[in-house]
Amino acid sequence: MSGYILKRLLSMLPILAVVAVVVFMIVHLTPGDPAAVMLGDEAGEKEIAELRSQLGLDLPLAVQFFHWLANVLQGDLGRSYFSDVPVTQAFWEHLGPTVSVAILAQIIAILIAIPIGIMAARRRGTMIDQAVMGVSLFGISVPSFLLGLFLILLFAVQLKWLPVAGYKPLSSGLWNHLRYLILPALALGFMQAALIARMTRSSMLDIIADNYIKTARAKGLKETMVIYKHALRNACIPILTVIGETFGGLVTGAAVVETVFNIPGIGQLIISSVERRDYAVIQGTVLLITVTYVLLNLIVDLLYGIVDPRVRLNRKER
Amino acid sequence: MKVITERDVFSMLEIKREHRQRNIRRFWGNRFAVTGSAILLVIILLVWIAPFLTTYGPLEVDPKNRLQAPSSEHWFGTDNFGRDLFSRVLYGAQVSISVGFSVALVASFLGLVIGLLCAYYAILDHVLMRICDGLFAFPSILLAIAIVAAMGPMKSNVILALVIVYTPSVARVVRSVALVVREQIYIEALRSQGASAWRIIWVHMAPNSTSPLIIQTSYIFAASILTEAALSFLGAGIPAPDPSLGNILLDGKSVIFNAWWMTVFPGVFIMAMVLGLNLFGDGLRDLLDPRNSQTKK
Repeated sequence: MSGYILKRLLSMLPILAVVAVVVFMIVHLTPGDPAAVMLGDEAGEKEIAELRSQLGLDLPLAVQFFHWLANVLQGDLGRSYFSDVPVTQAFWEHLGPTVSVAILAQIIAILIAIPIGIMAARRRGTMIDQAVMGVSLFGISVPSFLLGLFLILLFAVQLKWLPVAGYKPLSSGLWNHLRYLILPALALGFMQAALIARMTRSSMLDIIADNYIKTARAKGLKETMVIYKHALRNACIPILTVIGETFGGLVTGAAVVETVFNIPGIGQLIISSVERRDYAVIQGTVLLITVTYVLLNLIVDLLYGIVDPRVRLNRKER
Repeated sequence: MKVITERDVFSMLEIKREHRQRNIRRFWGNRFAVTGSAILLVIILLVWIAPFLTTYGPLEVDPKNRLQAPSSEHWFGTDNFGRDLFSRVLYGAQVSISVGFSVALVASFLGLVIGLLCAYYAILDHVLMRICDGLFAFPSILLAIAIVAAMGPMKSNVILALVIVYTPSVARVVRSVALVVREQIYIEALRSQGASAWRIIWVHMAPNSTSPLIIQTSYIFAASILTEAALSFLGAGIPAPDPSLGNILLDGKSVIFNAWWMTVFPGVFIMAMVLGLNLFGDGLRDLLDPRNSQTKK
C-alpha cells in the first residue's frame, strides 16, 4: 500500500509543475505591460516603472519564475495590490461560504439522488425510470448559475419564501445561515444529483442482475432488505467515486453560483480581482483551488485503493 | 492466393453502402438523436434568419421603452436600456453558437493532432500528456476566467481560452483510441512495407480514431456554450454592449424583481441549445460506440 501511495504522490509532481508554470504565465499573457494595465490609463511613466520593479517584472522571465516558485513553496502567494492583504489570508477569509455552499449542495444531491437512482433501477424501463433519466439529462444541461436565477425568480420573487441573495455566517444562528444557503445549494446540487442518480441507477442495474441477489431473493428476504443491504452496499463504490471526484468541481461550481447570490466567497474574490486586474490574487486563488482539486482527487483515488484492493493491484501491474 | 475479382469489389461496396444506410436508419430510429437534431435545427434556423425576424437591432437603445413586458411589439420584452430582447437573444445565441463551433472545431483539430502524435511517438507522449494532465487539473471555468482576465474580455480571447481548456480532453480521448489502432496488424503491415510515419499517422491511424472524436466534439460544443455563458455572466466574457446570452442574464439579474423575461428567455435558449447538443451527442455515441449504448433495453 505504501508503494502505491508513493507512486501516486510522485505521479502528481509533473502535474503540479505544469500547473505552476501555467499559473505563473497568467500575468505574462497580458498584451502589453501588466504594470501599465494594472495602473490604468492615467498612470505616468514613473509610476509604471516603479510598479514594474516592485513586482519584479523587470527581471528575466526565468528568474521571475524561480522567485515566484520559491515564495509559493514557502506559502507566500504575494499580496493583493489593491487591499495589501496577503493572498492566502484573503483566500481563507472567503473560503468558508464557498465550502458551506458546496457541502450543503453535496448533502442535498446525495439525499435526493441515491433513492431516486435506486427507484429508477428497480423499475427499469417504466415511466418512472424514463422520467428520472429525462430529469437527470435536463439536470446535466442546465448550468447551475442559470438554475440559481430561475430559483430566485420562483422562490424569492414569486413565492417570497426565501431571501433573494446575501449571506449570514453560522454564528448568526443555524436557520439564518441555512436560509441564505438553501437556494444556492439547490442550484448547485441539482447537476450533482443528476450525475449521482445516473451512476446509482447504472451501478444498481449491474448488481441487481447478479446471482447473489437472486439467492438473497430465493432465501425469501424482504425486497427492501435485498436492495438496501445486499445490492446498495456493493453498488456504492462507483457511486462514492463519483461523489468524491466531483466534489472538487462542486467547489468551483460554488464559486460561480455564489456570484448569483452575492455570497462573499471565493467566486466573489476572483471576480473582483479580475475586474481590478489584481494579478497576485487571481494567480494565488487559481493555484490554491487547483492544488486543492488535485489533492482531493488524489485522496479519493487513495481511498478507492483502500476500499477496493483490486484497484491498487491493477495499477501496480500496469 | 485468392484473386480479388470485380464482383468481390462490387459486393464489398454493396456491404459498405448497406452499413451506411443501416447507420442512417439507426440514427433516425434513435429518439435522443432525432429530438436533439430537431432542437438544434430550429435554433440554428432562428439564428440564421434573425435579421428577417427582428424589426429592431440588438444595439438599438430606446430609453422611453425600458423594461417593457413581452408584447406583440416586442416579443420577448425590452431590457433596461429599452433594447429589443428578442433581437438581443437571437444575436446572443449567434455569438454562443459561433464561439461553441469555433472552439469545437479548433480544439478537435488540435486534440486530434496531439493525440495521434502522442500515440505514435513515445517521447512526445511523455511530454505532451504531462502538459495535458496539468491543464486537465484546472477546473475548466477557473482556467478560462484566468486566461480571459489576463488577455482582456474579447470574443477571440474567450475562444482561445476555451480551446486551451478543452483541447487536452480531446487529445486524451484520441490518444487512447489511437494507441489501440497502432497495435493493429494492418499498421504493422504498413510499417513492414516501409510506409512513412506521416502516412501511417494521417492516412491510416487518423480515420480510424475519429468516432470518439466526433462524440467528444459535440460535447465540447455544448460545454463551450455553457462556459461562454458563465464567463459572460461573470463579466469575463463577451463585453457589453454586444449581446451574448450570458451578459443578457447578467443585466437581467439586477432587475430580476421587475423583469422576469430578461432571465427566462435567454435562459431557456441556453438550456435548449445545450440539451439539443447533449441529446445529439448521446445519439451519436449510441450510433458510433455501441458498447456505451445508453438506450440498452
